[in-house]
Amino acid sequence: MADTLTPVLSRGWADERSWTRAAYEERGGYDALRTALDTAPDDLIALVKDAGLRGRGGAGFPTGMKWSFIPQDNPKPKYLVVNADESEPGTCKDIPLMMANPHELIEGVVIASLAIRAEQAFIYVRGEVLHVVRRLRAACREAYEAGYLGEDVLGSGRRVDLVIHAGAGAYICGEETALLDSLEGRRGQPRLRPPFPAVAGLYASPTVINNVESIASVPSIVRGGIDWFGSMGTEKSKGFTLYSLSGHVKRPGQYEAPLGITLRELLELGGGLRDGARLKFWTPGGSSTPILTDEHLDVPLDYEGVGAAGSMLGTKALQVFDQTTSVVRCVLRWTEFYKHESCGKCTPCREGTWWLVQVLQRLDRGEGQAGDIELLLDLCDNILGRSFCALGDGATSPITSAIQYFRDEFEAGMHTPTAELFPPAASTLFGTPQEATR
Amino acid sequence: MSLGDTTMGELRELMARYPQPRSALLPMLHLVQSVEGSVTAEGIETCAELLGLSTAEVSGVATFYTMYKRRPMGRHHVGVCTNTLCAVMGGDAIFERLKDHLDVGNDETTEDGAVTLEHIECNAACDFAPVLTVNWEFMDNQTPESAVDLVDRLRAGETVHSTRGAEITSWREAERVLAGFEDGRADEGPSAGPASLAGLEIAAERGWQAPPLDTDQGTATAAATESPEAAAAEADTGRAEDETVAEESPADVEGGEAEEQS
Repeated sequence: MADTLTPVLSRGWADERSWTRAAYEERGGYDALRTALDTAPDDLIALVKDAGLRGRGGAGFPTGMKWSFIPQDNPKPKYLVVNADESEPGTCKDIPLMMANPHELIEGVVIASLAIRAEQAFIYVRGEVLHVVRRLRAACREAYEAGYLGEDVLGSGRRVDLVIHAGAGAYICGEETALLDSLEGRRGQPRLRPPFPAVAGLYASPTVINNVESIASVPSIVRGGIDWFGSMGTEKSKGFTLYSLSGHVKRPGQYEAPLGITLRELLELGGGLRDGARLKFWTPGGSSTPILTDEHLDVPLDYEGVGAAGSMLGTKALQVFDQTTSVVRCVLRWTEFYKHESCGKCTPCREGTWWLVQVLQRLDRGEGQAGDIELLLDLCDNILGRSFCALGDGATSPITSAIQYFRDEFEAGMHTPTAELFPPAASTLFGTPQEATR
Repeated sequence: MSLGDTTMGELRELMARYPQPRSALLPMLHLVQSVEGSVTAEGIETCAELLGLSTAEVSGVATFYTMYKRRPMGRHHVGVCTNTLCAVMGGDAIFERLKDHLDVGNDETTEDGAVTLEHIECNAACDFAPVLTVNWEFMDNQTPESAVDLVDRLRAGETVHSTRGAEITSWREAERVLAGFEDGRADEGPSAGPASLAGLEIAAERGWQAPPLDTDQGTATAAATESPEAAAAEADTGRAEDETVAEESPADVEGGEAEEQS
């Protein structure tokens, strides 16, 4: 039985100048690369597959499986693209990882490139995080200087080049095919699939796209092995992961633990909610995952557990809201976000999110009309599963789940503004929580 | 102002970093606005010419992304996160206070040209809420008072440090780094902010750690693995920012006719 918290990716974050190559090497960095260079590429793929690493960016697709989809008989170049466009509301794990520990990601990039036989890799990082971009560029330069990257990686005759590419502000570019269009210098709009990126991705060539945390987990798997990785986590959700706790809690932050820890355990570690607060609702994995309530404190936070509770593990972004918070106000704000970020390519999402905002705004003002709740549900029904990509699906999650658990608050929106029911000042961290009536 | 020889050389340098030059368009537009103060018509024409594209194609890209500015910017860009979590924790109050204090609306610049204020979407720092950014550097755990103090110091030209980054330079200098040119400030600031270390500190207090890494390497035995179908069935029907929505989204089946809406 592993310990309650198991820092692997975060273990060196408090070290002096942890972001430098020297500090990373000091804690065993780039040892795994040497092992990987002595390992057949197919064996590296099998290692990651058999370890059971699943994608940490939201979907939980097995990483090694994704690598194995690359058709090695395809004569085109193969590409590795790291999705570092962390933008899902609530999600804040990859940014601190890259700021404190960029070399573990880069070591993972080199190993993954060797496995899929890519000679060119990219890290697509969102543009709005200047210092992370600085640290990534510096780490990339240092890795070239040490021979970890370049035309002859550590004298092996193998080539791996890496470009750090900053985006320019578009949530949709976290969707993998939109990311590819963006990386090709276009508007970031999703592509029709099939063909899947493994067959025709960047420049219509075989491409693997993995989340930052997934790739950064690879070096320790190479060093520790399958059994080591599987000694953490649950049967189908193996290993360690970063949980991000935020909101009305005493100690928000990053908690690296085996998959399957519960919110109750995480809250207890950090001293619980702020004084006077009771848990009202929370997201398990960002705003696109249906909200949960205090009924779900003991749900194991792994792919299966959260799925069984009617939501999704997503990015493990645990946004916690207490009894002072208006669920209608929150849902409106999330929906405004999806409307703003809808790329416009498909009608259900482009038009649907606009109408959702109209209805939610009047409920927020206390000017809702009879039938508005049914109208919201009907709109969601026409977006979910009918949009071009998952952004539209995600936009419906907070709405349908909030109506499921807090329908009375939407009904109150027919006559009373949310700001009257839930004065916003009581929710701020510089205000004081009031005992609410509900 | 015009794009001089140095900039033209740098634009070509960016193009040379990619297997296909057009991939450099986003970095090139970052560089254009670092030089010109916004994405100007001349900048668009230059990028189009260098990449063999029409100006309409380049404009189409420039207008898609929120970080590209079509109007002259202030010396500093101040972003206030008003996405849900930050908004509830105090971002809305901070944004209202700053608009009032600076006498500007959203996406407007103060009369002295020092600050452009904008409300921004989630910037991946929710454990530091409420969060502000200055030229895309984090200013964590803000209050209305600290935010007012911050913009006053920026307007007065005082030295300001990010709470989790480097000394604040300017929006244009930041854009140059984003374009792809280092500014030598990567070693400034801490490894991590306090919230980033919360779990690590608790683990240290309680003597918790990951199991020790094996000394004998975990060599892979290429055992029979699950079928792709089984793997797909195991995957969440993930949404939004995930990496593999492809394999699962019902839109893949039904969305064909929705293509090319744009």
